[in-house]
Amino acid sequence: MLEPEMDPTSQPVSTNGGPKVGVYVCHCGLNIAGKVDVQAVVGFASTLPNVTVARDYKFMCSDPGQDLIEQDLRAGLVNRVVVASCSPLMHEATFRRATAKGGTSPYHFQMASIREHVSWVTADGDDATQKANALVAAAVRRVALHEFLEPRQASVRPDVMVVGAGIAGIHAALTLADAGKHVYLVERETTIGGHMAKFDKTFPTLDCSACILTPKMSQVRSHPNITLWTYSDVVAVEGFTGDFKVRVRHRPRYVREDLCTGCLECIEQCIHKQGKFEDEWNEGLGKRKPIYIPFPQATPAVVVVDPETCIWFKTGKCPRTCIEACERDAFDFEQTETFDEVNVGAIILATGFKTFDAARIPAYGYGYYPNVYTSLEVERLLNAAGPTGGDAILRDGTKPKTVGIIHCVGSRDERNNAYCSKVCCMYSLKLAHLVKERTGADVYNFYIDMRTPGKGYEEFYDRIMKEGVHMVRGRVAEVTDQARSPQEEGRLVIRAEDTLMGSVRRIPVDMVVLAVGMEPQPDAQDVRRLFNISCGGEGFFTERHPKLAPVSTFTDGVFLAGACQGPKDIPDTVAQAGAAAAEALAMVDRGYVMLEANTAWIDEATCSGCKTCVGLCPFSAIAFDEERKKASVNEVVCKGCGICVGACPSGAAQQHLFTDAQIFAEIEGVLEHV
Amino acid sequence: MGALAQVATEPTQAAPAKRVTGKRKKWRPVKIPSRFEALLDPGFAAEIAADVPDGEDLRACIQCGTCAGTCPMILYMDLAPRRIIGMIREGARDDVVHSTTPWVCASCYSCTVECPKQIPITGIMHALRRIALREKTYPRGLPVPLMEREFVNVIEKRGRSTESWIAMKMYVRTEPTQLLRHIPLGLRLMRRGRMGFGRESIRDRAQLRALLRAVDEQPRKSAAPTSRAPGVPTPGTGGAS
Amino acid sequence: MRYAYYPGCSVSGTGRAYEESLLAVLEALGAGLDELDDWNCCGATAFPSVDEDKAIALSARNLALAEGRAQGSEPVDLVTPCAGCFRALLTAHGSLEERGPVARQIDGALEAVGLRYDRRVRVRHAVDLLVNEIGIEAISEAVTRPLEGLKVACYYGCMLVRPNATFDDQYHPTSMDRLMQAIGAEPIDWSLKTRCCGGACYGADPFSGTMPQATLWLGHALLSEAKRRGADAVVTACPLCQFNLEAFQERMVREFGHPIEMTVGYITQLLGLALGLDERTLGIHRMLRWHLPEREPAAVGAPAAAEGGGHART
Repeated sequence: MLEPEMDPTSQPVSTNGGPKVGVYVCHCGLNIAGKVDVQAVVGFASTLPNVTVARDYKFMCSDPGQDLIEQDLRAGLVNRVVVASCSPLMHEATFRRATAKGGTSPYHFQMASIREHVSWVTADGDDATQKANALVAAAVRRVALHEFLEPRQASVRPDVMVVGAGIAGIHAALTLADAGKHVYLVERETTIGGHMAKFDKTFPTLDCSACILTPKMSQVRSHPNITLWTYSDVVAVEGFTGDFKVRVRHRPRYVREDLCTGCLECIEQCIHKQGKFEDEWNEGLGKRKPIYIPFPQATPAVVVVDPETCIWFKTGKCPRTCIEACERDAFDFEQTETFDEVNVGAIILATGFKTFDAARIPAYGYGYYPNVYTSLEVERLLNAAGPTGGDAILRDGTKPKTVGIIHCVGSRDERNNAYCSKVCCMYSLKLAHLVKERTGADVYNFYIDMRTPGKGYEEFYDRIMKEGVHMVRGRVAEVTDQARSPQEEGRLVIRAEDTLMGSVRRIPVDMVVLAVGMEPQPDAQDVRRLFNISCGGEGFFTERHPKLAPVSTFTDGVFLAGACQGPKDIPDTVAQAGAAAAEALAMVDRGYVMLEANTAWIDEATCSGCKTCVGLCPFSAIAFDEERKKASVNEVVCKGCGICVGACPSGAAQQHLFTDAQIFAEIEGVLEHV
Repeated sequence: MGALAQVATEPTQAAPAKRVTGKRKKWRPVKIPSRFEALLDPGFAAEIAADVPDGEDLRACIQCGTCAGTCPMILYMDLAPRRIIGMIREGARDDVVHSTTPWVCASCYSCTVECPKQIPITGIMHALRRIALREKTYPRGLPVPLMEREFVNVIEKRGRSTESWIAMKMYVRTEPTQLLRHIPLGLRLMRRGRMGFGRESIRDRAQLRALLRAVDEQPRKSAAPTSRAPGVPTPGTGGAS
Repeated sequence: MRYAYYPGCSVSGTGRAYEESLLAVLEALGAGLDELDDWNCCGATAFPSVDEDKAIALSARNLALAEGRAQGSEPVDLVTPCAGCFRALLTAHGSLEERGPVARQIDGALEAVGLRYDRRVRVRHAVDLLVNEIGIEAISEAVTRPLEGLKVACYYGCMLVRPNATFDDQYHPTSMDRLMQAIGAEPIDWSLKTRCCGGACYGADPFSGTMPQATLWLGHALLSEAKRRGADAVVTACPLCQFNLEAFQERMVREFGHPIEMTVGYITQLLGLALGLDERTLGIHRMLRWHLPEREPAAVGAPAAAEGGGHART
């Protein structure tokens, strides 16, 4: 929330002649007035010392309500404001703004929460009124001691960092870059594109995934405002809103990025005649050589050498035909990790998801029977740049005649993930269509509920049904190789209750496709600690508010985009990425953020130079003067957490808006009237 | 005059529904809609939920059908386990307690292990058996209910069971012809010392009887029927380590 | 090492050979079982159909009796060969451990008859004892007549791993497979290791006469699959499963046509043979059918204990 700005044209209200407190009691409709006798509270308030004005009003937060405050201030009737209404989270900013507009410091305001703390939680009306009185008395005593503080600003660095270059990160980066901001786009893999680069076609339009993604990828590569760092990850983050210092590690490819043109001759000439090592990009299907590029359209189009499998790195004995093959002399086997440190004003996390590990459901036989695949593996099979060149074939090279697609693998399951992964029904329908098209096979989809919200989604379902795909409404109980009839011999059998027909079916298939759900990345906890945000129960990053603030987090300046915040499809991901970019842009464009005024300061007279506070400050905001043996707080960096205040043995460290005097006054106010 | 007027103003009783035999000759309009709703028992779900630990979870059933899909005895059930849960939830008590399904259940626990909502389905089947025995709604002629009641009688009296006697009694009561068919097998078992007719028994029968009586006499917190099922431990976790 | 022993009602009747072979095998391995004095029936699956609280009470009495053997604070291992009893005792212990209203009721009932259970019993199945207490290595070293060339289908049944899997994997258990490997036999890989045999459903056949009995159907599925995979014999770890699979093979043939002649034995019987015990001691003369294929006399000396069991097929 932004702190209120003081109206620069207003005349400051005089604080001479002591505090003059105005008390405004809100009815909040019936929320407060229905329980608390607001008239009585007003009457009581007017008897308190220093109170010059006591009013009540139906909705203090409304314009007329705020006008009451402003007018009393300008008329000189009051110079301190107490509003007895809802809670600071709701309207502290509103009333501080009103106080500022009335011509005095916005911090000459104190709130008494008589809704959340009284009317909503007290059963008896008399008790409620008495408690409201006590809280108002406390606020009145406290506000008389509030100092004239001015809201402060800190400037925001102009650059933005986007972590993760899947479609979310790419879209956010392009949006920001087009707006003229400099973006650091950091991607862990050797290529950008994320999961979307692995898909064949996308629902519901059956657009070729690469066809719509690669133009954006190359735009990113060539955009003057984007610094693209691939094969890189963030290792440390310091600083705070508006001024983050991020340390990025670049892993060595052993090939110079500025020289390599992506001709791929080196891969051809590698002394390994064929791929021998597990190809992670192709989900373990197919093999690769130690020198490889994930797919020919990878961006940047630079090869990478894997030191774990390259003979040169393992034994030092290799003719290194790759070096010879390179016409640009781009190899550099001496490369090491390098680091960069950059200062950015805002960070967008777009770190994506991982798929559910289907081996966690043994009943489906993944890893046990060879022809059980996950959906992502089948995407790689179907993709023309994949291990089979686009053929949907089984492990032995033959085409399946019958295929079963099992929905909800790992999702909607108390033993694994209780949530619904949102995209699996749609992509299972898509795979049904693609597999049927490529192989002519008979396809069965086994689902619990068919979830096709979204534009064009229900129509897509209609289309797939009309194409003759069998829709069996029943969660698959098991996949087995037990044959109970000649038709089942040598095949896999899917056993499920067809709840629409009302009988259990054993359907022999050649290939089983598991529609695995979406999960957070395995290192999500580490990442969230790096950026000081939180994760929800299932491990996805937590947004500030599920409905009204879906792209920001509780750490100002850190935004979320895409599946790292929760399962979602591509349209929603792109929309969210745009939103995150817009909110980051708003911050960075504005150029400054308002800071809380409740910073700490150290009274030099009482500071004994013990240095207790210095090490405790989580923001490193306390400096120590060795010569004079005094500590001092850098108010710009201080976040007002209060740790030093609590720790200081001599009471030299104090905090604006939370001085001992103010706190004791509040306590006395309550105790006198309880 | 008065009597006639009274009769005239009394509401007409609904004629009881005739059994549909599938031989309608002409279309009959339904005079009283929604009669089926009146046959449902809205408290049935709560009754089952109270009688089975974690039984409230049955309200969360998504009707996925995994239970039926994994059930080895599904072919012999008149109502699939999934349908039973759905019918319990909506209160079709009469149909459910007369169903053969709980008696065909082999207690293999596959459904309980595989259910994505972790509903204690096997426990619910046992609860239905208890109701069916109490209210005598089990299918007539089916050996299992009688066998189980006989089994319980023997245990309560003697503390141990003798398979031969129980099996015999069960067949005699329900399917004497089966008994005849099993005689050759019985003889082979006897010759090999695997079928004894001695009555097994424990020594401290009185203690056992007192123990079982004491179970009934212990105060119960909930107002539910007395036979609460024990906790079905979470699948996959050790129960006795 | 001697363990508390809960036999269960079946091993005095149809399961007699199981107890005989189990005791003989354990003796040959240097362990022993002390039958629990005055144990009562566990209630199996029949008792909960009438009264589940009393069913727990039945098991609670046995657990309390077993706990009487406790020395110090060490828990007592209570070993049972029958999978049904294993499940009943384990489930009862679990409910009592939760210490909810059921536990309070049962504790009260126990107290009323002068018994007390402090939850200090570990319920173990006989296979668990063999694999995890005595150990595969010890067994393998004691083998004198390895069953080379014998293909065995290990059938675990429902209750060893459901609803609780305490000593083996719930979907692909390997305890019995490892035991078979240790004695030189070859366990086949099949997907019906834990599929229900229907044994708990004595005559659950609502339309007897017009529809084949359910247990026949399930038993036939298991046996024909085992045969299809090349098994010479099926080994079980539960008296009910063994009886159900062994006793109705002629009827299965009459109902379903495919002839199946399958030796169904207790795992302890095959173990006993490999340890050099004679057939009579192992109760093999009590079986309704027993035919193991001829094998070359194997070399004296144990084969090395194989790693793991059950193969992942790729």
